[in-house]
Amino acid sequence: MYKYDEIDQAIVDERVAQYRDQTRRYLAGELTDEEFRPLRLQNGLYIQRHAPMLRIAVPYGMLSSKQLNKLADIAKRFDRSYGHFSTRQNLQLNWPKLEDVPDILAELATVEMHAIQTSGNCIRNITTDQFSGVAPDEVIDPRAIAEIMRQWSTFHPEFALLPRKFKIAVSGTKTDRAIVQAHDIGMEFYPDADNKIAIKVWVGGGLGRTPILGSVIREHLEWQHALTYCEAIIRVYNLHGRRDNAYKARIKILVKALGIDEFRNQVEAEWEHLKNSPNTITETELARVADHFTEMPYETLPTHNAAFDSAIASNPAFAAWVKRNVHAHKKSGYRAVTLSLKTHGQAPGDATSEQMHAVANLSDEYSFGELRVSHEQNLILADVKISDLLSLWEKARAHGLATANIGLLTDIICCPGGDFCSLANAKSIPIAEAIQMQFDNLDYLHDIGELELNISGCMNACGHHHIGHIGILGVDKDGSEWYQVSIGGKQGNDASIGSVIGPSFAAEEMPGVVQRLIDVYIGERTPEERFIDTVRRLGIAPFKAHVYAKESENV
Amino acid sequence: MSKSNLILNNEIIEDQWTLVTIPVSEDTVVRKQAGKVVLFKLTGEVIHTPEQIASTEIPAKGKVLLPLSVWIAHKDALADRLSKGEIAVWLDTHEPLELLAEQQADLNVFPLISVHVERFADGRIFSIGNLLRTRYGFKNELRAFGDVLRDQLFFLKRCGFNSYLIRADRSAEDALASLKDFTEPYQGAVDINQPVWRRVHRGSN
Repeated sequence: MYKYDEIDQAIVDERVAQYRDQTRRYLAGELTDEEFRPLRLQNGLYIQRHAPMLRIAVPYGMLSSKQLNKLADIAKRFDRSYGHFSTRQNLQLNWPKLEDVPDILAELATVEMHAIQTSGNCIRNITTDQFSGVAPDEVIDPRAIAEIMRQWSTFHPEFALLPRKFKIAVSGTKTDRAIVQAHDIGMEFYPDADNKIAIKVWVGGGLGRTPILGSVIREHLEWQHALTYCEAIIRVYNLHGRRDNAYKARIKILVKALGIDEFRNQVEAEWEHLKNSPNTITETELARVADHFTEMPYETLPTHNAAFDSAIASNPAFAAWVKRNVHAHKKSGYRAVTLSLKTHGQAPGDATSEQMHAVANLSDEYSFGELRVSHEQNLILADVKISDLLSLWEKARAHGLATANIGLLTDIICCPGGDFCSLANAKSIPIAEAIQMQFDNLDYLHDIGELELNISGCMNACGHHHIGHIGILGVDKDGSEWYQVSIGGKQGNDASIGSVIGPSFAAEEMPGVVQRLIDVYIGERTPEERFIDTVRRLGIAPFKAHVYAKESENV
Repeated sequence: MSKSNLILNNEIIEDQWTLVTIPVSEDTVVRKQAGKVVLFKLTGEVIHTPEQIASTEIPAKGKVLLPLSVWIAHKDALADRLSKGEIAVWLDTHEPLELLAEQQADLNVFPLISVHVERFADGRIFSIGNLLRTRYGFKNELRAFGDVLRDQLFFLKRCGFNSYLIRADRSAEDALASLKDFTEPYQGAVDINQPVWRRVHRGSN
């Protein structure tokens, strides 16, 4: 993975000093709340319901074991010994003290980490596929250009105060796992007809209050122009995006108002001036950064391992875990493994300091000391030998990290919600926990099969509820908490936004509502259909009818 | 005389220019949306009437910093003073630069162009500065005024500003320090147009 040189290190060190002084001035009354707000936000610090929340950047989801150990130590020393992995592949601490944040940042800087631009109206952490570099369907490893973009976007002076937040995702696989269509800019890398790296550029996607999938602004962009083309897009947005209403300020609203063709014309006109300007990426720079992402020192291994095969045959619990949590790898004899942070009855995405240390140790022992955070809020060991899977499983299980539910109903994607977040209309974690308890039978869970359930505590959609096969949104009605349910959303190349099935529900009704949706699916599915396929085939009507049927009719 | 709060390059200097503003009529509408006062003007919104612009008083002598619309309205009458270097213009962040460029092909006739930022969080000023320097080739003093605070100075400098009128209730001396917040920025911008990988040899690993 990328290692800092003295220039990278100087920037994070100078940031710590700058932010330490900003915090000092705020505490001394030299900065008003309003003036301090964008400064702390651009360092990931929110003022939350109970305490500040600090969001630490995990660039494109990559972590070393050393970094994870440091995060575990920070959570223990400055927080309540746990952290929350978010849908933007970052780590959030829920209970730090505002005055401790400069010290936390200084600790982070010692392991080449920071909290730069993890919030605020600026370019946020760039996200990508959690299996980048190892996925069999990968055509371009997007991490080198993601790192180049991370550096370019860090303190980009022209885009320091945009109308609203700005999220970029990059992907280099046949099957999109980075939800490029749901980002302000999505970059899909592919080899073009001349076998050169090209980018299909999407713009104006986003979830939140007005969910919109992005439009293609350019089918073919040579990789050298990735930065200058983004500059053209963001400049048009910076100058013309709305600033009068925060809910109408995202780029998607501007793209929709102008229409993609007019927006494209303006961007292309701007790019005429920026094309080939100094921020054009050079071969040398790409090679320098790509050198940090070369292939791991893999062993030459056979595709099969007899001990593994017999363990699968004799140990159904292990076999279930392998089926759900172990993923194909481009190298013979290797697999990628998802360690589930979705243990039933616990907040999705939460990990204790002890668990973080455990995962760091597992990555040292089995996966070259590196790991990734997925936007589904789990942790991934990307390079595990098949012969190590059984012992890895046993150790992960001892730490509550081996729930065999990846891609299943209880692998719930969930924001912190009203328990922590001051923006939330409703709690989300207790809903996730109640649903996980309702579907605690693993055989039944596996029978239901692939299903993505997403929960957001408010319109801001941090839990990506619009693209959940089942999406749950917390809403406020006259001061009490209700939940609106949608079905038919999906991430991936054939992404779609879910449809709301009808009036919202009280919290205690939610496990039952999900159960009824599942009952319709079980009754109607063809042998090969997943939940999402049945919804797409039948539409929402039969689901709606059953969920809202009077009690007597449901018996 | 009160202390100057104007920074030019890296020094605090006295302001030579007299700022002219368009008088605000008493019946200026306070815009509200969902019961809240809307703080930001809509992009491109014109808020002054032609009468207000025409009746704006311009001091007869000395260096004057005029609103763009006022200069446009009095352009012919001010031609002499412009050639003597007594005329500068300022614009708001919602005013399109094309308006200025249409009226005056060579912006370097102005010793000073100034951009007014009503709210420090309005980042349009950064693109405007960048465009004035790179697209329109403006080489003279480029000033930010209004809600100008030290924590935005580094970004303003990188976007081509070299002059900053710090908000009156804040210290310009303190603000000077922030111009040096970062020693080696990553990306090319106006002040240093080469990105770090073109300026410095960065070895692999």
